[in-house]
Amino acid sequence: MKNLTAILTVVAALVVLWYGAAIKMNSTWTYDQAERAGTQVTFSELISDTMSQSRPLLPAPHQIVTELWKTTVEKKITSKRSMIYQGSITLKTTLLGFALGIVLGVASATIIVLSRIGRLTLMPWAIISQTIPIVALAPIIVVLSNAAGTGTLMVPKAIIAAYLSFYPVLVSMVKGLSSPDAMQLDLLRTYGASQSNVFWKLRLPSSMPYFFASLKVSVAAAFVGAVVAELSTSAIAGLGARMLIGSQFGEPMIMWAALFAAAILAAILIFLVGTFERIARQLMGGRTA
Amino acid sequence: MKKPVIDAQGVDLTFQTNDGPVHALKDVNLEINKGDFVSFIGPSGCGKTTFLRCIAGLETPTGGKLTVNGISPEEARKARAYGYVFQAAGLYPWRTIAGNIKLPLEIMGYPKSEHDEHVRKVLELVDLSGFEKKFPWQLSGGMQQRASIARALAFDAEILLMDEPFGALDEIVRDHLNEQLLQLWARTEKTIGFVTHSIPEAVYLSTKIVVMSPRPGRITDVIESPLPKERPLEIRDTPEFIEIAHRVREGLRAGHDA
Repeated sequence: MKNLTAILTVVAALVVLWYGAAIKMNSTWTYDQAERAGTQVTFSELISDTMSQSRPLLPAPHQIVTELWKTTVEKKITSKRSMIYQGSITLKTTLLGFALGIVLGVASATIIVLSRIGRLTLMPWAIISQTIPIVALAPIIVVLSNAAGTGTLMVPKAIIAAYLSFYPVLVSMVKGLSSPDAMQLDLLRTYGASQSNVFWKLRLPSSMPYFFASLKVSVAAAFVGAVVAELSTSAIAGLGARMLIGSQFGEPMIMWAALFAAAILAAILIFLVGTFERIARQLMGGRTA
Repeated sequence: MKKPVIDAQGVDLTFQTNDGPVHALKDVNLEINKGDFVSFIGPSGCGKTTFLRCIAGLETPTGGKLTVNGISPEEARKARAYGYVFQAAGLYPWRTIAGNIKLPLEIMGYPKSEHDEHVRKVLELVDLSGFEKKFPWQLSGGMQQRASIARALAFDAEILLMDEPFGALDEIVRDHLNEQLLQLWARTEKTIGFVTHSIPEAVYLSTKIVVMSPRPGRITDVIESPLPKERPLEIRDTPEFIEIAHRVREGLRAGHDA
């Protein structure tokens, strides 16, 4: 309850700031129009005009909400203008990339922890991979996956999302899988445990808290990756593509609505991952605090 | 004469470190018979833990001969001859107490149908019946350590090796656990190797006290305890007890001056 109050206070402050900024930024256009028409603008006219322009520099919050409402609830889901349709495409890319990233991250972390050669060869590349701007790599990934005959854009987009999301998982899992201390490992040695026993019974369960912590970062990275992929692969569908279209065709409403839809979707994803984490923690005997 | 369970002849161990070789154990000779309760006592760095780890096959001596049940410690470890209790309980937080005790059973491939029976039996031995479904964090430190002893007992190893198992507990809990450990030892007739810093603990528990001294780690005295097997806590106020404790203290001082 206390949390909610704090959040609502911040939101209210932001909304107030936003309205102020919208009036200021959109007033230029209002004054220009008035000057051309040779009329004077009263304060109340100024307010109502800056709140209701069809192509404002900065749309007021209620305009964005209206646009979002129109493009989600009132539009049929099959329509290309439906944010739900566009969002579902981005969501699909995100989830594919997220899943791919988890598999890739866990697999390479396992190799790195279990073998010295893996540690020496894989880790530097994993680090280097994150220093290359994904925007530069995107076209190459598209061309390569086209050459490989994947047909749709979904595969290269998912690869780009995975490219960003595997890294947090990898780093956390390397830490998590090596978290058991010498005593824990000695204990298993006294049982005559095999390497696979050590991995499945000790290393993997020990790494779970690290894994879940990384999922939250990773799902956000996958989402950003999916949007960036849509922006940089000249995709025509998805929230990223919607933003691009909005900006290119001078439709700020579309752009802002897509932006908000993206933010809401990302928040939902992170919330879901958080819930999943909480359930898993309880199943693994965590304190219910 | 029957053969000793653990037989050390001139055991040497030198660790190669970045600062040059460290002589951890020098010419250690010791025989431990079946059913003995042997304490290793000495200051830090005297090699008592190292020697225990050698017996358990966790370290390999660089010289001398060490056998357990007539075979090498490594083979004995693979034959699951030991239960090992560490300084920290080290229970898996994601497993219940029963789950933790089943861990060695799972690894050693005991049939699933027998697991619950083993758990019930050893929890009763350490007086923790009814705590099967609890998670480790729901137990006190002393109870956690008892659960870890139960875990070491679960697979019926003949030898129980304990490395300062009560070192992190307060004295009241410690007394209580010492008492319980003696009862457990009397009931199970296991051979126990016990590393400790505490003179009263060593004297109270042991049939044989091994006094060690550091640099290099070696045995300075082996005391066969004349105390009866039945030992109430009050025995610590008897003249016999005080005399043995005195001898242990002398042994420790001699090793320190040398």
